[in-house]
Amino acid sequence: MRLEVEITGKTFRSVAGGTHDVLAPLKFALQSGEVGVLIGPSGCGKSTMLRIILGLDADFRGHVSRPPQARIGMVFQEPRLLAWRSVEQNVRLAAPDVTDAKLSELFRILELDAHRSHFPGELSLGLARRVALARAFAVEPDLLVLDEPLASLDDALAGRLRDEIAALVASRPVMTLLVTHSLDDAVRLGDRLFFLSPRPSHIVHEVPIAIPRAMRSEAALTGIRAELAALQLESK
Amino acid sequence: MLRLLSFALLLATWWIAALFVGGAKLPSPPAVLQVMIAEASSGALFLHLGATLARVALAFTLAMSLGSAIGYLMGRVKLADRLGDPWLILLLNLPALVVIVLAYIWAGLTEAAAIAAIAINKLPTAIVTLREGTRALDRSLDEMASVFAMPRWRAFRHVVLPQLAPYIAASARSGLSLVWKIVLVAELLGRPNGVGFEIGVAFQLFDTPRLLAYSLTFAAVVLVIETLLVQPFEARATRWRPRAA
Repeated sequence: MRLEVEITGKTFRSVAGGTHDVLAPLKFALQSGEVGVLIGPSGCGKSTMLRIILGLDADFRGHVSRPPQARIGMVFQEPRLLAWRSVEQNVRLAAPDVTDAKLSELFRILELDAHRSHFPGELSLGLARRVALARAFAVEPDLLVLDEPLASLDDALAGRLRDEIAALVASRPVMTLLVTHSLDDAVRLGDRLFFLSPRPSHIVHEVPIAIPRAMRSEAALTGIRAELAALQLESK
Repeated sequence: MLRLLSFALLLATWWIAALFVGGAKLPSPPAVLQVMIAEASSGALFLHLGATLARVALAFTLAMSLGSAIGYLMGRVKLADRLGDPWLILLLNLPALVVIVLAYIWAGLTEAAAIAAIAINKLPTAIVTLREGTRALDRSLDEMASVFAMPRWRAFRHVVLPQLAPYIAASARSGLSLVWKIVLVAELLGRPNGVGFEIGVAFQLFDTPRLLAYSLTFAAVVLVIETLLVQPFEARATRWRPRAA
């Protein structure tokens, strides 16, 4: 499977009647098994881009080709859980085909076992984010879209979840698109990093990371980090 | 306990007032109870009560289902909202009595006319409440359902309906109390049975004990239905909300 994104522009109309461009022409593609990372300043239009890619916003110029039968798993910036359904029901409603064994495994990995029957209103934000991750993983997605999934989690948990995402990506052919502020998440998870400019957003640099994910030790990443930090400074 | 005490106080006030005013205008509680028992043992009380409850059930169900569907549509579709709004304002401001009288003139003194008239009185408030509820729906959850490719019905049942449930409960509660009031007027004006009809007869004969016997029994039935049906539904609809400790 392959995701091809070719946006030639996206314009918002403001209430006052004026227009402003959010996205400038940009183009990228993603293969199965690949993790693409979008990095850019806040408000640069990353979420708009995701909405276009997911088919939630049809009002743009350009073309997105998504395999029509592709199953999508999505982690939104906010958990977006159903407050009136239990944790388990939230996952099952999005992923009706998930087996009991698979669900148990997910809950064990994400440490949600004790919260299966809780309602989202009883969960902390960190827990709710993990439920959102469980939901996205449970659908066994062909396209996994993660919009800052690790923001506002403590370092230890963020590290564990990052490993889980890496394990999921390794376990089956999935196209992953990750939006993040964190260069650390980007270099640990990404195969290709796309650095975005401020509005109207376009891709300033595309940086492949050649080291296999499993071998990205701290030492191996130091050099890449320095390089990327320099790039990021330059693009500002 | 406090409720019981309050009820006892009400009863005592009534009794004392009855002693002063006299039996013809305000009969004492035992006198009314006597009429109740007599009407119940002849079966008339249950017949009239049953007729009224059946009308309430039919008109209420009709107005709630139709009103909820129209309200949802108006909340979702801008065009429907624009087209329907003038009708809605007209219906909201039409006095209940006018609707009932017109229904009887146009459709005759029939059961269908009575039920339609009661339903039409409830309809606009059900529409308004559900339209508000639909406007308040969380669009971000619609997006979630769409991204996860939830089938329409599943999304409606698990994403939309629970958000509407508090509005449906509120609409049911206010609707029921409206229907209770209007059904008696409709019966008084054009039906040969029901609590409203009996109250009309009692009024013409200035038969206060009979009037009170029927109204109080009716009020008691309303109270029981409110406590046993409406309140539990309301509690269920909002069960997932974290309660303050």
